[in-house]
Amino acid sequence: MNKIESNKGWLFVLPVFIVVAFSAVIPLMTVVNYSVQDVFDANTRFFTGTEWYRTMLNDPQLQGALVRQFIFSFTILAIEVPLGILVALMMPKKGWQASLSLVLVSLPLLIPLNVVGTIWQIFTRTDIGLMGWGIRELGYAYNISRNSGDAWATIILMDVWHWTPLIALLCYSGLRAIPEAYYQAARIDRASRWAVFRYIQLPKLTNVLVIGVLIRFMDSFMIYAEPFVLTGGGPGSSTTFLSQALTAMAIGQFDLGPAAAFSIIYFLIILAVSFVFYTTIMHMQKDKTTQKTGDS
Amino acid sequence: MAQITLKSLAHTYSANPKGPEDYAIREMQHVWEQGGAYALLGPSGCGKSTLLNIISGLLEPSDGDILFDDTRVNKLKPEQRNIAQVFQFPVVYDTMTVFENLAFPLRNIGVPEHKVKSKVYEVAEVLELTEQLNRKAKGLSADQKQKVSMGRGLVRDDVSAILFDEPLTVIDPQLKWKLRRKLKQIHKQFNTTMVYVTHDQLEASTFADKIALMFEGQIVQFGTPRELFESPKHTFVGYFIGSPGMNFITPELTDRGLEFEGQLMPVADKMVAHLRQSGITNIKLGIRPEFVHVWTEANDDAFEVTIQDIEDLGTYRIMSFRFGSIPMKARLHEDQKVPDKKARVSFPEQWLKVYADEYLLELPHE
Repeated sequence: MNKIESNKGWLFVLPVFIVVAFSAVIPLMTVVNYSVQDVFDANTRFFTGTEWYRTMLNDPQLQGALVRQFIFSFTILAIEVPLGILVALMMPKKGWQASLSLVLVSLPLLIPLNVVGTIWQIFTRTDIGLMGWGIRELGYAYNISRNSGDAWATIILMDVWHWTPLIALLCYSGLRAIPEAYYQAARIDRASRWAVFRYIQLPKLTNVLVIGVLIRFMDSFMIYAEPFVLTGGGPGSSTTFLSQALTAMAIGQFDLGPAAAFSIIYFLIILAVSFVFYTTIMHMQKDKTTQKTGDS
Repeated sequence: MAQITLKSLAHTYSANPKGPEDYAIREMQHVWEQGGAYALLGPSGCGKSTLLNIISGLLEPSDGDILFDDTRVNKLKPEQRNIAQVFQFPVVYDTMTVFENLAFPLRNIGVPEHKVKSKVYEVAEVLELTEQLNRKAKGLSADQKQKVSMGRGLVRDDVSAILFDEPLTVIDPQLKWKLRRKLKQIHKQFNTTMVYVTHDQLEASTFADKIALMFEGQIVQFGTPRELFESPKHTFVGYFIGSPGMNFITPELTDRGLEFEGQLMPVADKMVAHLRQSGITNIKLGIRPEFVHVWTEANDDAFEVTIQDIEDLGTYRIMSFRFGSIPMKARLHEDQKVPDKKARVSFPEQWLKVYADEYLLELPHE
């Protein structure tokens, strides 16, 4: 093939290149820049190399936040995925009931993140909040600003309320895509309700579930506004997750160097986990195609 | 194993049907005998899938009864009817192996494991799936998947009937032929009642001993492929069966007999007398292209027609011609000679069928 060397076509790529540079590359490079220097003012700065990185990885506060972050993400996944499937299975399949339940289920998804935090902050107040007051009335000394167990339970409940609908909607669309013949065949084969779920519905949901888990993992790993509004990271630092710890360091204490170093580490963790998910999906699909071509 | 009887069966999807046009299945009496291989043939939307779902129990008929032997099964669910159904698209349980797929219906009813094993191997042998038994069903090709779906119907000993809902739609033409033969062989071996729904007349006539042809929610003819071909009971049967379909003309009843555009048609005097007597106005004459006689020389019985086109289809040719104002077709042998523009054709009396109000009119033999 004859390739034209001075290709004017490259000019058309230029605007996109500039946009991407300003939106992603330049900010990221700024962070990289800060992470390897100690900046005092516009004229005074020292090159520090990997020092910030080492400090950050050994920082007990951030290590704690990281552990809490993993516990949080895996807890909400363990609750939201099965619960979402269950909700999707119970939703009506047709008629106005189907439309109504779709609207009702997706309502929490439409609420802005900090509003979710505010709603729950009021909801869990023991003087005027229905939930907080109710639990008090039942005889339990519920207090999210004193008891870290209460705070954790409330944040997890809030996230489950907010995001289970996403899994439910994904699963609902996955379930609707299963042809009626599968259910009819299962009836004729006298499959139990459990067998229908285990051998028809669950296998057909695998693909949407992978997407759902990936999205929920990334999102929950970056959670910020809701716990910030609800508990402010407390009591103590018991509900301080990664992004909040990072923000406190970068903006609160103006430790730009260490904060930048930690941002990079944070980014790499998410990238690594997403990469593992991505290759797993690709691997699964590759298996399928090789088997198919192997046949014919 | 059972004989399936449809007694005054009808079905409508509408809550308050106003007339026969609201019925997907119009009232019918029908018997599928035990051990028969039947085809339910008809165009899309004629109600054949509805009828099949009523037999399998996926649908409850709105009127009439369905009997398995002497038991009324209207209210029984498919799982209680002991029926197997193979669907248009292969239904396999993706995560299971072929063996597990075939064993699934047996394990669900608690058959002991050693029996499951022997039965699965037996069925896999017949379907030529033995080599795939340990593979995941997901990776199979479409025809293998469809064989697995069929196999799940065959493993149960007690199955009353196996219903096929256009099972070869997604299969390559070459494999279609193979699978059809396999089905026939399975039918002989297991002697189960089989009902095969299709819109393909070739599929129906190669598989079935008897074909039920459906049109507008009714079985308009039930008979062997040969009967359907030689004496269609309804103009639709004539039109639908055969390729190309039957030729129809609308004659007039005059003093001379049945006339079409001034030409007297060869119809028995008795028949003409009967038509005169009964006062039927909607009369049609039909003849299959295969039975139109094409002459090379002038003949007393022959009509002169204008040839429009001759289509070569390999082993035979189709001659399109105009008989008066009506386009008709005749089937010619490969080496039959035909003149250029004008031909002479005749319609043998025995093959010229008379239809009154779309149904075949036959006079009792004496």
